[in-house]
Amino acid sequence: MSKVIEVEGLRKSFGSHEVLRGIDFSAAKGEVTCIIGSSGSGKSTLLRCINLLETPDAGCIRYHGKDILKDGVHLGQYHAKVGMVFQQFNLFNNMDALHNCMAGQMKVLRRSREESEANARKYLEKVGMGAYLAAKPRQLSGGQKQRVAIARTLAMDPEVILFDEPTSALDPEMVGEVLSVMQALAQEGMTMLVVTHEMGFARAASDQVVFMNDGVIAERGTPDEVLGAPKSERLRAFLSSML
Amino acid sequence: MPTTFFGWVSFLLKEYGGLFLSGTAMTLLVATTGTAFGFALGLLAAIVRCIELPHGAGAFKRALVKAANALLGVYVQVFRGTPMIVQAMVIYYGSMQYLGLDLDHTAAAILVVSVNTGAYMAEIIRGGIISVDKGQFEAAHAIGMTHWQTMTTVVLPQAIRNILPSVGNEFIVNIKDSSVLNVISVSELFFQAKSAAGTYFRYFEVFFIVAVIYLVLTLVASRLLRWVEKKMDGPENYVIYGSQTDSRAEIVVHGEGEGDA
Ligand SMILES: Nc1ncnc2c1ncn2[C@@H]1O[C@H](COP(=O)(O)OP(=O)(O)O)[C@@H](O)[C@H]1O
Ligand SMILES: [Mg+2]
Repeated sequence: MSKVIEVEGLRKSFGSHEVLRGIDFSAAKGEVTCIIGSSGSGKSTLLRCINLLETPDAGCIRYHGKDILKDGVHLGQYHAKVGMVFQQFNLFNNMDALHNCMAGQMKVLRRSREESEANARKYLEKVGMGAYLAAKPRQLSGGQKQRVAIARTLAMDPEVILFDEPTSALDPEMVGEVLSVMQALAQEGMTMLVVTHEMGFARAASDQVVFMNDGVIAERGTPDEVLGAPKSERLRAFLSSML
Repeated sequence: MPTTFFGWVSFLLKEYGGLFLSGTAMTLLVATTGTAFGFALGLLAAIVRCIELPHGAGAFKRALVKAANALLGVYVQVFRGTPMIVQAMVIYYGSMQYLGLDLDHTAAAILVVSVNTGAYMAEIIRGGIISVDKGQFEAAHAIGMTHWQTMTTVVLPQAIRNILPSVGNEFIVNIKDSSVLNVISVSELFFQAKSAAGTYFRYFEVFFIVAVIYLVLTLVASRLLRWVEKKMDGPENYVIYGSQTDSRAEIVVHGEGEGDA
């Protein structure tokens, strides 16, 4: 299968602290990759480098074989193709749910208002938020906000979606509603990179699991290999702490 | 001639009502346009001061932004660090003596208030931009918006809503402090009052009337601003569409987070 995202020798430091120390991995079209690891191991930094919220110090990131750090890749379009869902939702506070899902389409993709609105409604409907078009973020619960955030990303017709701990800021009873939306996306063949502490989701939905430890990928494989038969002591310790 | 306080007040109102009215109109004109231009000026300054150059930006761009920032810093410092009454004298007589410009009094007044207000607004708006959650910038960049699009569609609307009370405060200050412009003979309320008071030497009664006018202006202005703030927040309620096929099936829900933002 063709590789959508390839990361090679990726390094990133903040000051003298090297957070990513040479990351190599790739994700094929339609594959769901779950990234696990303890807090501070560099998972968020990896996702933020892939979508250029941070500039890597070394290494390369390829999108369909093209190096996104070199010239020739239109960053606006790249951002539209690689969506991101944040732990803190980050819905635009000055817009209602509908306009949250329209702004990017109109500004970045230059779609007409009518087309953007139709799309926005379609995806809000899909995540079960079709009834809340006029609600402002402050009027929604955490789970509802995250579902709107997913709809906002979907409305850009992305090819890959990066999720950075999408359920970590939610009350336990709301985790399920977000995970089931993600599960549905996975089944439809969306390419997804998911940083998560939900081992149940990782086991059920992912094609590959990546264990990050201290800025490097310590283990990588199918869910059965990584979650079922961990090789290193670190991963065993991490998994037992998750129970 | 009247003999009582109220007698004088009604006499002066009859005699100089038109003067008070035109003075009030001039005060409002200077305060409103001065605040509006000042806001625009401050917005521009704040946007320039918040420019973040991408990592690959060239040396020329870098130097340009640095120079603009330094210049704006001086502007803010100078106009916040000197009294407006002195600024008025320096600008009005400076432009006359050294630039050969005979500025219209009204234009000079609006210029002074705008530039003065701009210096305060620059800092207020910059504070407003900084106070917007970093996640808002990131989400906008993550869907591909440029820095400019992020600012105009996501950040500034929130920043401006957050600083609206301070902007309103500047407006009220300008209603009151435009009185110092009488030193460059602008026919605002205070200036008109001085000439009215001089004729009969009834300073107390005239300035009592003027005090009441200023108070009414500032009270109405602050009420108006509260109303604008409410308006900008949008409805506290939103409508849930119970059924996609029946538009009458609406459920009104009361928002929980009133006072936030
Ligand atoms: N902008 C930043 N500046 C300085 N240090 C940072 C920054 N972002 C992350 N870090 C540091 O990098 C390390 C990894 O962070 P992160 O990628 O967020 O880890 P994870 O998501 O796995 O918890 C942490 O030690 C964190 O403090
Ligand atoms: Mg993280």
